[in-house]
Amino acid sequence: MELSEHLFRRESGRIVAALVRIFGVHNLALAEDVAQDAFCRALEVWKVRGIPDNPAAWLMSVAKHRALDVVRREHTARTFAPELSRVLESEWTLAPAVEDAFAGSTIRDEQLRMMFSCCDPRLSEEVQVALVLNILCGFAASEIASAFLTSRAAVEKRISRGKKSLASSQRLFDLADAEFEPRLSAVRRALYLLFNEGYHGASAEAAVRSDLCEEAIRLTMLLFESPQTAVPETHALAALMHLHAAKLPARLDSEGDLNPLLEQDRSQWDIHLVQQGLALLDRSAAGSVVSAFHIEAAIAAVHATARSVEDTDWGAIVGLYDRLMAIAPSPVVALNRAIAIGQRDGPRAGLEALTAIAADRLRSYPFYPAAIGEFELRRGNLESAREHFSAAVRLARNDAERRFLEKRVRQVDVGQRNIESTASVAGSRDGRN
Amino acid sequence: MSQFLYLYRMTDTARQDAMGTPERAQQNMQRWMAWMNDLDKKGHLKDRGQPLERTGKVIRGQQKTVTDGPFTEAKDLVGGFTLVEARDIEQAVELSRGCPILDGGGSVEVRPVMKMDM
Repeated sequence: MELSEHLFRRESGRIVAALVRIFGVHNLALAEDVAQDAFCRALEVWKVRGIPDNPAAWLMSVAKHRALDVVRREHTARTFAPELSRVLESEWTLAPAVEDAFAGSTIRDEQLRMMFSCCDPRLSEEVQVALVLNILCGFAASEIASAFLTSRAAVEKRISRGKKSLASSQRLFDLADAEFEPRLSAVRRALYLLFNEGYHGASAEAAVRSDLCEEAIRLTMLLFESPQTAVPETHALAALMHLHAAKLPARLDSEGDLNPLLEQDRSQWDIHLVQQGLALLDRSAAGSVVSAFHIEAAIAAVHATARSVEDTDWGAIVGLYDRLMAIAPSPVVALNRAIAIGQRDGPRAGLEALTAIAADRLRSYPFYPAAIGEFELRRGNLESAREHFSAAVRLARNDAERRFLEKRVRQVDVGQRNIESTASVAGSRDGRN
Repeated sequence: MSQFLYLYRMTDTARQDAMGTPERAQQNMQRWMAWMNDLDKKGHLKDRGQPLERTGKVIRGQQKTVTDGPFTEAKDLVGGFTLVEARDIEQAVELSRGCPILDGGGSVEVRPVMKMDM
C-alpha cells in the first residue's frame, strides 16, 4: 500500500475542520494539537506495521477517539462549540455528534466556513493567504516562508495574528450572514492571490509552484460544494485557474527558468486542464454579471485554444483587454493590452501603445522595459533593446526573473554579433509578426 | 543466522521535529517504510515489532514502588523495537545504518538475542 502524495497535509485540513466543529473555533489550538497527535500515532504505527488499506479513515478514527477523550475529560473546565454545547454534555448524544462532525459533508461545510473566516477583511490579504495555507492546506510556517521567499518569523507572525483574531470570534463565519457577498469576493481574491503566488511567484522550485496552484484549485472547487458559493463568478475564477495551470508544464524549461508564453512548447500544455477550464468558462456564462475573472478567463481561453502564437486571435484579445480596462483598470492590464496590440499590429504599434501608458507603478515593474525591449528587438533596434532588457534586469524581483531577463540580454548580444558577421537575426524576428 | 533486536531510541524533541509538519511527517514515514521493506526483501526481517507509547509505569525495588511515566528524566526513550536476522553483529550494525531515526538525531541500539547452544 502506497500513501498518496501529500495525504498527511490534505487530511490535516479536514481533521482540523472536523475538530473545530466540536471544540469551537476559540479552541483552534487544541484542535490542531489533537490533529497533530493523530498524525504522530499514525506515523509511529505505520512506519513499523505498514499502511492500512484506508489511511485517511484510520487517521479520522484516531482523531475521533481523541476528540471524545478530550470532551469527556475537559467538559467541566472548558467550553466547547456553542452550537453543540447541549449535545456534548450528554453521553447519549456525544458520540453521534462527534461522528457527525467527521462526516464528509460536515467536513466540507466546515472547511468552507473556515475559509470564509480566514478571509476576514480586518486581516491583511497576506495574513488571509497564510492562514488558509496553514489551517486548510496543512502547510507549516517554514513551508509557506520558502514558497513566498519571506522569513519564517514573518510568516509565523502573520499566522499568529490571524489565529488570534480567529480564536477571539465566537464561531466560524456563517454562510447565512448578511456580509456573505463581500466575504465571498474576499475569499475568491485570496484564492486567486494564492494561485498567482504559485504561477508567477518567487519560488524557483517548480514543485512548490505547482503545489500552490493545485491547492488554490482544490479550495476553489470546494466552493462548488455549496449552491451559495457555486455562482458564475466562482466558475469564472475556476476556469481561469484551470486554463493557466494547463500551461504550467511548459512554463519552466528544463533548468527551471521561465519560459514566456510566446515561446512555450504548446504540446506540453495539459489538454485535460484546458478542457476542464473551457467547460467551467461555459458554465460561468450563466448570470448577467461579467466580472474581471470572466474576462481574464476568456483571454486565457483564446490563448489555450490557439495552436501557435501566429494562430492566436490577437484582435479578440485586444478587445477583451479593452473591456477589462473598463471594469478593472490597472497598469499591468494596460501593459498586457499594449503587448497584445503589438502582436496584432506589429512592433511599432506595440511600442506606441506601451509609451502611451502613463503609470508610475510600471516604473519599477521589470516586464514594462522588457516589453519595450522585445518590440525594439523585433524592429531590429538592437541597441535600444539591449538597453531596455538591461533596465529590466536591474528591476528583477527574484532570481527566476533575473535569469530570464539576463538571458534576453545575451540573446541580443548574440544577435548583434550575427549581424556583424552575416545574416540579420532581427529581420527574421520581424517576419514572425 | 543469528537474531538481533533493534531498540529505537529518541528524545521527545527529536520526535516532535520529525513530526514538525504534516509533509515532513509523511516523508519521514515513507523513508521508514522503504527501509523496513528493504530489510524484508533481503530476508533480514524476523518480526517488524511494535511501536510503544511514550507513557507507562515503572515498578522498582523490593518495595515494588510504582512510578508514572512520562519519564522526563530519560533523555532518549525506547520508542519501539524490531527483530532482525543477520550473519553476525557487524552485519546487524551495517543494516541498521539505513534507519531513518539516525537522520532525526535518534539512535538504534543493536542487541544480540542470547543463543543457547545445547
